[in-house]
Amino acid sequence: MAEQIRKAAARGKRISGNNLLLLITILLFVAMYAAGCVIYGAKGFTHFQTFLNLLITNAGLLCVTCGMTCVMLTGGIDISVGSLIAMDCMILADGMTNKHIGAIPLIIFVMVIGVVFGLVQGFLVSYMQIQPFIVTMAGMFFGRGMTAVINTQQVSITMDSSQTFYAWANAKINLPAFLGYMGRRKMIVPFIRPTVIIALLVCVVIALVLKYTKFGRVLYAVGGNESSAKMMGLNVKRAKLEAYVLSSVLCSIGAILYCMNTMTGAVTQAKGFEMDAIASAVIGGTLLTGGVGTILGSFFGVLITGTITTLVMTNGKLLSSWSNILTAALLCFFILLQSIFAYIKNRATR
Amino acid sequence: MKNVWNNFKKNPLFLPIICMILVLLINLFKDPGFFSIGVKNGVLYGRLVDVLNRGSEIAILAIGQTLVVAVSAGTDISVGSVMALAACGGCVVLTGYGNTSVTSVIAPIGLGIFVGIIYGGICGCINGAMVAKLKVQPMVATLILYTAARAVGLLLCNNQISYIRYEPYKYLGNFFPGCPIPTPILVTILMIVLAQLILKKTSLGLYVQSVGINSRASKICGIDSEKICFICYVICGLCAGVAGMIASSRIYSADSNNIGLNYEMDSILAVALGGNSLAGGKFNMAGSIIGAYTIQAITTTLLAMGVSTDQAPVVKAIIVVAIVTIQAPVFRSWLEKRRTEKKLAKEAVV
Repeated sequence: MAEQIRKAAARGKRISGNNLLLLITILLFVAMYAAGCVIYGAKGFTHFQTFLNLLITNAGLLCVTCGMTCVMLTGGIDISVGSLIAMDCMILADGMTNKHIGAIPLIIFVMVIGVVFGLVQGFLVSYMQIQPFIVTMAGMFFGRGMTAVINTQQVSITMDSSQTFYAWANAKINLPAFLGYMGRRKMIVPFIRPTVIIALLVCVVIALVLKYTKFGRVLYAVGGNESSAKMMGLNVKRAKLEAYVLSSVLCSIGAILYCMNTMTGAVTQAKGFEMDAIASAVIGGTLLTGGVGTILGSFFGVLITGTITTLVMTNGKLLSSWSNILTAALLCFFILLQSIFAYIKNRATR
Repeated sequence: MKNVWNNFKKNPLFLPIICMILVLLINLFKDPGFFSIGVKNGVLYGRLVDVLNRGSEIAILAIGQTLVVAVSAGTDISVGSVMALAACGGCVVLTGYGNTSVTSVIAPIGLGIFVGIIYGGICGCINGAMVAKLKVQPMVATLILYTAARAVGLLLCNNQISYIRYEPYKYLGNFFPGCPIPTPILVTILMIVLAQLILKKTSLGLYVQSVGINSRASKICGIDSEKICFICYVICGLCAGVAGMIASSRIYSADSNNIGLNYEMDSILAVALGGNSLAGGKFNMAGSIIGAYTIQAITTTLLAMGVSTDQAPVVKAIIVVAIVTIQAPVFRSWLEKRRTEKKLAKEAVV
């Protein structure tokens, strides 16, 4: 980012509105985290592990937001992600605990469900030309309902359910010791879970795909101007279909990571997750109208929404609904910013 | 006879009425007692009355939702959350902050209900300002309140369910003493009459359709399209407020987590079932209201068949996908093509 700005400055260019949005996002994250360190320093907010915990708890959200960014680039939206996660988690938990199926076949099954879910939604959106919001809203209710059809109880994954899954979920990867701090007796070494590595890997891959492959560029073109993309000879419908499939597949990966973090399956799980994902993407500078957005921005968007939740939880006295309100307020703020930028841009081109 | 049938087929109410008859027929075969209406303790009872009674909230929401869909080609997905906020806002006035259970109220009941409806109106103003002035996509703009309104409601009630165990408060959601018809049915009739008066006696109905069909052309014609759009959202918010107060009075409490849960889906489904295009433009209020009661009949049927409330969304999701697919222009043109091909083939044979 800094490199880009320096380059742009060297060429005597002003920072464009979209880069400015990204810059605001990063600055906001730094400011929020610094404020958290100052206010809640005594509660251990300054430890490096707090930051790593942010990544651990939001590994699933990170994956889902990558998918959401791809869909939003085409000018669409996917609000079925929250209930798809609930459904996937329930399949994993119910399959392992009650039906004693191994972890690997279940994970493959969940991925297949992701592909099928994405294909159906993508087909309805791109080939039937139904509004994405309506389609994915039906998907949202379908997923939530199917979760209840599988099992209405809360199912937790224990050691007995599947040892492999349990071992994966609880594996710790220690970081170099110098990042640690002195606990009461011994040195506490910061650690991450394998989920974080998978999530970061997904981010990097999607970022590269968006930037350097034909598929990624077609997504930007479709979102930027659908009719001109069509005139350029791009297969708009197919690109949209692929975006929805990608979103659902990433959502399935996210669900596995989410399940490793929570180790439960429940009907009410991941409620409002779609809101978190959309908010993260929008805060990260992805335009709702499509065509603009980066994975780097979405990454910082996820960190910001995660920080809000952590701050509210660290405070301890505030009600948990405050994190919902704050996220919504931030989303509102960024939508305002976007429309202001769009207004300025419109006036400049006129 | 064939002529009458053909005329009826072209009527916009064709699809909703057929759906309604289908649902009622299924019920007739499953349980012939469905249509029996009796009087018990001086009030009407029976499945049909139950459908009319329970469907009131959806019918009231459908009035507002129809206008929003018509004017902005988008849907207001915050109605369910706004219902919860209105209920909490109204109840707090009656119980005072932080009281979980009261047997007498501290303010007149009418004031509480009025405040609740005003809360709905304020939410409508926020949505309207976002959509009309800032040109944010309607669904994304209302997504903000979809998350935030329920959370604000929880804050108002101090994260608790506040019960009002005071007889007159139950009148709105149950029965007025001495009146055999459930009050929600009366309120719904009143709302429908009010809406019809406003739409038919003023030019609002015409303006709404004109803005929905082409907002720029209407603006050139001298219609303040932003104002019309704003008014529609405010009406939708007020309707959500009324529905919220009825729902709250039914269970004589303010339960922010459960009031209006999934009602946004039902209200959108009502509009779609009513034969209204979700792409905006012309609207048909009567269709929406028939649609609303059809949905309630479906829900009641499902519950009577032993499907749990958590599982019911699966069926509704499938219905909504089927309806929007039938409505989709791509599907329609495909049907038309097949029909003309058949006709041509027939003529060729002759």
